[in-house]
Amino acid sequence: MPSAVAGPEIERLIQLLARLPGLGPRSARRAVLHLIKKRDALMTPLSSALQVAIDKVQVCKTCGNIDTQNPCTVCTDPRRDQSTIVVVADVADLWALERANASSGLYHVLGGTLSPLDGVGPQDLTIDALVARAHDDRVSEIILALNATVDGQTTAHYITDLLQDANVKVTRLAHGVPVGGELDYLDEGTLAAAVRQRTLF
Amino acid sequence: MEWTDDGIILGVRRHGEGSVIAELLTREHGRHLGLVRGGTSARMRPVLQPGNTVRAVWRARLDEQLGTYALEGLTLRAAGVLTSSHAVYGVTHLASLARLLPERDPHENIYEMLEGALGDFDDVRHAAVHVAQFELAMLTELGFGLDLSTCAATGATEDLVYVSPKSGNAVSRSAGEPWRDKLLRLPAFLREEVGTGGPPSDDDLRDAFMLTGMFLLRHVLEPRGQRHSDARDGFIASVLRRRRVVA
Repeated sequence: MPSAVAGPEIERLIQLLARLPGLGPRSARRAVLHLIKKRDALMTPLSSALQVAIDKVQVCKTCGNIDTQNPCTVCTDPRRDQSTIVVVADVADLWALERANASSGLYHVLGGTLSPLDGVGPQDLTIDALVARAHDDRVSEIILALNATVDGQTTAHYITDLLQDANVKVTRLAHGVPVGGELDYLDEGTLAAAVRQRTLF
Repeated sequence: MEWTDDGIILGVRRHGEGSVIAELLTREHGRHLGLVRGGTSARMRPVLQPGNTVRAVWRARLDEQLGTYALEGLTLRAAGVLTSSHAVYGVTHLASLARLLPERDPHENIYEMLEGALGDFDDVRHAAVHVAQFELAMLTELGFGLDLSTCAATGATEDLVYVSPKSGNAVSRSAGEPWRDKLLRLPAFLREEVGTGGPPSDDDLRDAFMLTGMFLLRHVLEPRGQRHSDARDGFIASVLRRRRVVA
């Protein structure tokens, strides 16, 4: 095993950065070296930003989004369509939909999908809170924007069953050919679903 | 060590950033896990969905190691089941049942039944029969098989309409009549091959799932600290709902 080339404080920083997604030990070492070289321009502001985030970031009590205010910016935005709730599995999905400017409605973050393999059951997700929100008279549509996986769609069907007695329209995202997708390379199940759900041209 | 076998995906779990550990029910090697490098890629994700049948090449230096899988999709049925509630619940339920099998122990009968059930999920009338018979076969495979061939009291082989909740043996109509309130009902389709008899009624299906569910819970799930999955309840409710729509 190679011996440490720097003091324990720097090695500790490298170890912590190496735990981040997309970074391994080598890239973490490069990042730390870069931070040290840009101590005033990068390291100090980064440290302050991290501290502020630690102090202020919280989970929205309404939708489960992550923000520095509670309820979050999305929930408190008066321009948002209060009659539509987009259900997503994770905050990353919410941010992806917001980047795409795909919906002007509100969101609900479940915190994952049902997964017997990982031992995730309905009690581990915020499904009860969603059902309560769906019974609000102002809500008329629930869009289930969950992954096109067996776990994701099991969750979608489970939620749909629970919303039977709520006075809302339950919709889901379309399945089919992605932009840039070549038919020759698509799996046959996706192709079959795309043909089944074809639309007028 | 290296072997090639057909397998059905039961589930995947992320391992690191780019890999997954896939759990397969293979024809000749039983329930078997292996690392799939690049399993989170856009090319592999559609293949690695529960219910798909794949050709698996497993390699490891030693037999007891986790090993790595190279997988190629054979029947990718997952995308086809996503829009149907009974099918998606059914796939989830069957995969969680198959996961109860011991690792690396071949169960060719279960593999064939699972393959048959997954291939017939489009037909809502057959789907429930497949799942109930699969639950019955799982009980047998795990060592708690029910004897539905002869009456426990008289030895009769005809008109078996009850099952004793104590012994798991069939009971004929005449012998069971005095205790009918305490016995479980045995629907005829549980003793037939799928598709050979007439379509079971809703009550038959409820009775069948009550029967298999009680023994699965008592002998298999409760000793492991588990209970029936929500997918099972969802499947039964969805099948009964769909059958009413089809009728």
